[in-house]
Amino acid sequence: MQRIGVFVCHCGSNIAATVDVKKVVEMAALEPGVVHAEDYQYMCSEAGQAKIDAAIKEKNLTGIVVCSCSPRMHETTFRNAAKRAGLNPYMVEIANIREHCSWIHKNMEEATKKAVILARAAIAKVSLNTPLQQGESRVTKRALVIGGGIAGIQTALDIAEAGYEVDIVEKTPSIGGRMSQLDKTFPTLDCSACILTPKMVEASAHEKINIYTYSEVEKVSGFVGDFTVDIRKKARSVNMDKCTGCGVCQEKCPSKKTPNEFNRGLNTRSAIYTPFAQAIPNVPVIDREHCTKFKTGKCGVCAKVCQAGAIEYDQQDEIVTEKYGAIVVATGFDVIKLDQYDEYAYSQSPDVITSLELERIMNAAGPTKGHLERISDHKAPKNMVFIQCVGSRCADKRGKSYCSKICCMYTAKHAMLIRDKYPDVNVTVFYIDVRTPGKNFDEFYRRAVEEYGVNYIKGQVGKVAPQPNGQLLVQGVDLIDNKQILMEADMVVLAAAIEPNKDVRKIATMLTASIDTNNFLTEAHPKLRPVESPTAGVFLSGVCQGPKDIPETVAQAGAAAVKAIGLLAKDKLLTNPCTAKSDELLCNGCSTCANVCPYGAISYIDKEVNDHGIRETRHFAQVNSALCQGCGACTVACPSGAMDLQGFSNRQIIAEVDAICR
Amino acid sequence: MSIEKTNEFRPKIVAFCCNWCSYAGADLAGSSRLGYPADVKIIRVPCSCRVNPMFILRAFEKGADGVILCGCHPGDCHYTTGNYYARRRMTLLFSMLDYLGVENGRTRVEWVSAAEGVKFSTTMNEFVEKIHSLGKNVRLEDLRCRN
Repeated sequence: MQRIGVFVCHCGSNIAATVDVKKVVEMAALEPGVVHAEDYQYMCSEAGQAKIDAAIKEKNLTGIVVCSCSPRMHETTFRNAAKRAGLNPYMVEIANIREHCSWIHKNMEEATKKAVILARAAIAKVSLNTPLQQGESRVTKRALVIGGGIAGIQTALDIAEAGYEVDIVEKTPSIGGRMSQLDKTFPTLDCSACILTPKMVEASAHEKINIYTYSEVEKVSGFVGDFTVDIRKKARSVNMDKCTGCGVCQEKCPSKKTPNEFNRGLNTRSAIYTPFAQAIPNVPVIDREHCTKFKTGKCGVCAKVCQAGAIEYDQQDEIVTEKYGAIVVATGFDVIKLDQYDEYAYSQSPDVITSLELERIMNAAGPTKGHLERISDHKAPKNMVFIQCVGSRCADKRGKSYCSKICCMYTAKHAMLIRDKYPDVNVTVFYIDVRTPGKNFDEFYRRAVEEYGVNYIKGQVGKVAPQPNGQLLVQGVDLIDNKQILMEADMVVLAAAIEPNKDVRKIATMLTASIDTNNFLTEAHPKLRPVESPTAGVFLSGVCQGPKDIPETVAQAGAAAVKAIGLLAKDKLLTNPCTAKSDELLCNGCSTCANVCPYGAISYIDKEVNDHGIRETRHFAQVNSALCQGCGACTVACPSGAMDLQGFSNRQIIAEVDAICR
Repeated sequence: MSIEKTNEFRPKIVAFCCNWCSYAGADLAGSSRLGYPADVKIIRVPCSCRVNPMFILRAFEKGADGVILCGCHPGDCHYTTGNYYARRRMTLLFSMLDYLGVENGRTRVEWVSAAEGVKFSTTMNEFVEKIHSLGKNVRLEDLRCRN
């Protein structure tokens, strides 16, 4: 018979305000096996843990139940407390009477009743717990960073500086990401390329960093400390070792009609291309979809002009398999598609652009060589209108419910830069709210209004109508003066919402990392573990976790790196002992369990067993506890009931059901 | 909400929640103070695929009026495929239960992610409402278990 101790936490008033804690103690003490029950203000405090320690030792407890907050908060705390007192840490169960009870119920009587039932269920479960021992697994001292934008680069640099090998996998032909497309950065107006390219060079030159560009993660298996990843190196059609990066092939390529992705389709590029001048590696890629040689078999100009003989039309995709201890996701973002926002005439007029397109227009290396001009007729604009929150903070299904966070600031930047360079251009900004929380952000916005005379109007735009004379008629509302506004503009700039890169869902599925309804990766705890995914060994860097500006991204990238380094620095990891276990005497070796196991953790062995005095050789399932992750799929699939999950056994769960339905 | 009209009938409802998504979603509902009736009691399981149909039958046998199983959204399972197993098993079980007279409204599978505290709370409110409309479950209960 177990000797169980029950500890009920007040959590200040978080629990005690709606749950009669004394009553829970009183009722719990009546349960079979309970030899000790007490309450305390804060069980997680040192004094609270000391009470647990003392009770375990004095009363010789064999199992404890803590009625407190979610096990996701303090299960580890109480397990460690039990361990220090000499009790197996897996003889601890938590009854969640805060998140699942006191915080959601208002009626004290009801909440107390429920808390008693939850305590009973935990007591019933812990009576059937068995001591479990954690196993050990090794750590591969190498990290993978998925995504080569500023987040990925910073994370890789930080991990490499700590002395560990890092691989960056980047889908496009060059690292650099979104930041390489930006012209200036707020609120300092630094040149984006000038601060990014040194980092790119540093990463590519670092002896511990290996960069796979034009590559994608294809398959991930394994678990924390021991991931196996297949990386598809897409055929570049150019030999990276031979190419000198002279650029002649791009000049001579006759097929120059492909929309230039880097310039957001505002101009075209050749079929053999490097995305931008400072690209790393400075080795072009042949876009096979648009290359005449690949489409018709006739051409081959690039191969003819290449002095180095680097062009290889017959290159094939290559799969590289590598092992990693930690994986950092830094897949970044994209701007939303604007098909749903036809009222802004984005698809009807080339002079309605997104802010990222404006960024390229303002850039000296962009499609207009940095001259502010209309895309339709190359005339300099006189009136520009910026529309904020296009698809952000959207109540309906068309857009995103969240604030994209960066738009207020980059619009202030654009407005300021335009007024600075072209003082005769009138700039009007339609906004819902101007949000400027950040160091020197509000000062920056006020400068745009006060020093540069940018006209901010609180209100939304209902319609942008292209006129026959090429002008854009903007119909909006001024909420402060409460009047309709009709104005003509030469260019309209939409602050389109940002969303996670579309490939992130695929990557999250491969990593079994959770994702929220907006496709942002979920963190292990929104406040206390913001750079870790709930999946052990997977870390989050940059906008894949939520909208961020560059400094925040860099800070988070560093934090993700530190977490990864912390993992790589360990020689051995303790594994979860809640794994499946097969009963030799019940198993008939049918292999149903092996078929449902996602980890290949189940194998079959022949072993001599002693079944009630009869010795015979039997074929039965054996679980490799280093591979088993403890999902329990096999336990349900097993037709003979031989497979059970330690820590969540059939008997334990049924005991909980019984206690709840009693 | 349905607290007033429950004076005569307080349903017993068991909610199985997977550790990675739905249990965390329930925690988020809690920390966001998104209420649902106290009749719902949550059992934590590592994955929705850990829920053996036997557990659900057992709950009804012991007098439960409704059982809901919550897991990660399809494609988001922490163990890659667990929720697909759960979905198939429950489809089969629920149609069998319906045949035995346990109405379909008393059983439910719902996908709730760790970020969906609101969905967890609305799902539980809806489910309790539904159980109220169906009344006490009279099928499968082992009367010897009643106290």
